Amino acid sequence: MIDYLGDLLEGLLVTFQLSFTALAIGAILGLAASLARIYGKRPLSYVANGYIELIRGTPLTVQLFIIYFGLPPLGLLFSPTFSAIVALGLNSGAYQAEYFRGAIESIGSGQMEAALSVGMSRFQAIVRIILPQTFRLALPSWSNEAAYLPKYSSVAFLVTVPELLARSKLVIAQNLKPLEVYTVVGLIYLVTIASISKILDMLYERYKFTVE
Amino acid sequence: MSSLFDLLFSHFVFIVEGLPIALSLTAYGLSLGFLVGLPLAILRVYGGTVARLFVSTYERVMRSVPPLVLIFLFYFGIPMTMLEIPGFLAVMLALGLCSSGYQSQIFRGALESVGRGQMDAARSLGMSRLQAMRLVIVPQALRFALPSWANELATMIKDTSLAFVVGVAELMRRADYVRAATFDPVMPYLVVAGIYFAVVFPITRLAGTWEQKKKRLVTGA
Amino acid sequence: MTTVVSVEDVWKLYGKVEVVKGVSFNVDEGTTTVIFGPSGAGKSTLLRCINMLHPPDRGTVFLRGIDLMKTGSKMSYYRSKFGMVFQHFNLFSHLTVLDNVMIGLRVVKRIPEDEARAIAMKAIEKVRMKDWCKQYPSQLSGGQKQRVGIARALAMDPEVILFDEPTSALDPELIGEVLQTMLDLAKEKKTMICVTHEMGFAKAVASEMIFMDEGVVVESGSPEHFFTNPTSERTKRFLSRLTELYGRHEKSDTAVDEK
Repeated sequence: MIDYLGDLLEGLLVTFQLSFTALAIGAILGLAASLARIYGKRPLSYVANGYIELIRGTPLTVQLFIIYFGLPPLGLLFSPTFSAIVALGLNSGAYQAEYFRGAIESIGSGQMEAALSVGMSRFQAIVRIILPQTFRLALPSWSNEAAYLPKYSSVAFLVTVPELLARSKLVIAQNLKPLEVYTVVGLIYLVTIASISKILDMLYERYKFTVE
Repeated sequence: MSSLFDLLFSHFVFIVEGLPIALSLTAYGLSLGFLVGLPLAILRVYGGTVARLFVSTYERVMRSVPPLVLIFLFYFGIPMTMLEIPGFLAVMLALGLCSSGYQSQIFRGALESVGRGQMDAARSLGMSRLQAMRLVIVPQALRFALPSWANELATMIKDTSLAFVVGVAELMRRADYVRAATFDPVMPYLVVAGIYFAVVFPITRLAGTWEQKKKRLVTGA
Repeated sequence: MTTVVSVEDVWKLYGKVEVVKGVSFNVDEGTTTVIFGPSGAGKSTLLRCINMLHPPDRGTVFLRGIDLMKTGSKMSYYRSKFGMVFQHFNLFSHLTVLDNVMIGLRVVKRIPEDEARAIAMKAIEKVRMKDWCKQYPSQLSGGQKQRVGIARALAMDPEVILFDEPTSALDPELIGEVLQTMLDLAKEKKTMICVTHEMGFAKAVASEMIFMDEGVVVESGSPEHFFTNPTSERTKRFLSRLTELYGRHEKSDTAVDEK
């Protein structure tokens, strides 16, 4: 019945590509930023703080355009997809930093004190005591971010990345059925996000017991 | 030299004039989200199993569908049914419905944290359930919801940046014009970023203080 | 002595579980009735049946001869004839002390603002909370909150006041101020039904004590009866456990008058 589904799913593939990569970049950036913000020394923690507040205080759309239009003048000529990934990654990183920060704060300063009084250095304490607990505590909100990234990635359409939304526009240009196609696209996003959520929930259930 | 400055300044003013439009979009969208979200939350907390299922599904859908898709759905899809939908309305409906999913969640949490005892106390004074909801439960729930709701406000302001795709002359669209006029691809957007930040940052800061206050309130009562 | 409240064969179930099983007793005007027993005995549930907050599944409650189960849409009106004081206070956190006490008068009894304020202030003064009338519940201590709760119930000029373990959630040094207030009310011949562990209070003012366990009335009688020669084994066991735990807190008429 829906003959354009194949075209749409090709777009979905690009969406996954964007989301997955952005999530990974965001995880690294987010973790680094939250650690820098909480444990880092003066200039470093301010930089981290500034990054987080600036990203969270401005729309993803604007960030995307700044990177898309801003990189070429600097001589960095990359594909739209690359720009989109950079923007999404930077954006996700700031929000993930907040999730990690929440997790670290709920661990409490007592753990750090205990680790230091045993003789560990700050670095050792962070790696051996804080981080393992952080991952476990941040998992629910992190899973949230992971599941919803495909939704956020839809803005990449604005900079000509051939992801799901862009593909749907092409389809509509041909079959002139916007109501139907957009509804289908909405459903695809819904199913994708629900599936990712479900899978992550199941993984969480299974591994909940092995960590503690 | 001064004429260059004047030119830049007039570009800046042109962009900033998009702010009231963005803010009015925010107001309408947020209000729609509130008018739909609060009743849904009440329905979910006090309604039966069917109601709960309906509301949780609705929340799911509204939070999963990208705002852009909804905007296009309303702007291009509805006119097929012979109804004209101007860009502003399409964005307002789209963002409003998306927000209603989040607001429903926020108010649900707030209503649940009010607690059974309050309903008991109100009814033991002789109030009907409806009176209790109106005078005791909902006022307290709204106060509990404040920090999260402030965050939703900040999010909504940022989401209005999508309105330009259907021609609404808010900040992004104006930045686009300026870019075309000056051939400067980045500066207009940096200006826009600054404007958004100036509006959003104080709100999130305020939300943070309210969150701290709320923590003390809840443990105290 | 006139009977104000008559509980007749009240049964209450939660799902399939019988929580209150055929409880009957009368309460005379101007008296204090103390209901005590182990937790889970159904005492709180019984109280909520009496003021029809959760109407019984079987049996009924009479208030001055009126069958409350037959009041239909006027049930909430009759409910306001009872005052209720809760274990966890349940003050309305978004209202000041004064507004908390006034709201029932304005909304349920529809008394005009000025008159309502006067009545409310009288009740607040009675519990010695006048200086705090513009404060919010979050700014009060537990004992103060409970006294406001009592004022809120008093202001409605109820026929009967129901107390559901009013001191159980309080720190020991705050219990005294609440008990003192309750003692004052009892001495003024207010009709009261109290679910509590405070045996000193019971000894001082109760005219009738009811021991409940597992949803039924095991034994009832005067305080003298209970403290000198209780009949049932269960009663004896419970009382001895109680005096062990609460021996230090027995505050008969030496209740501390705290500000």
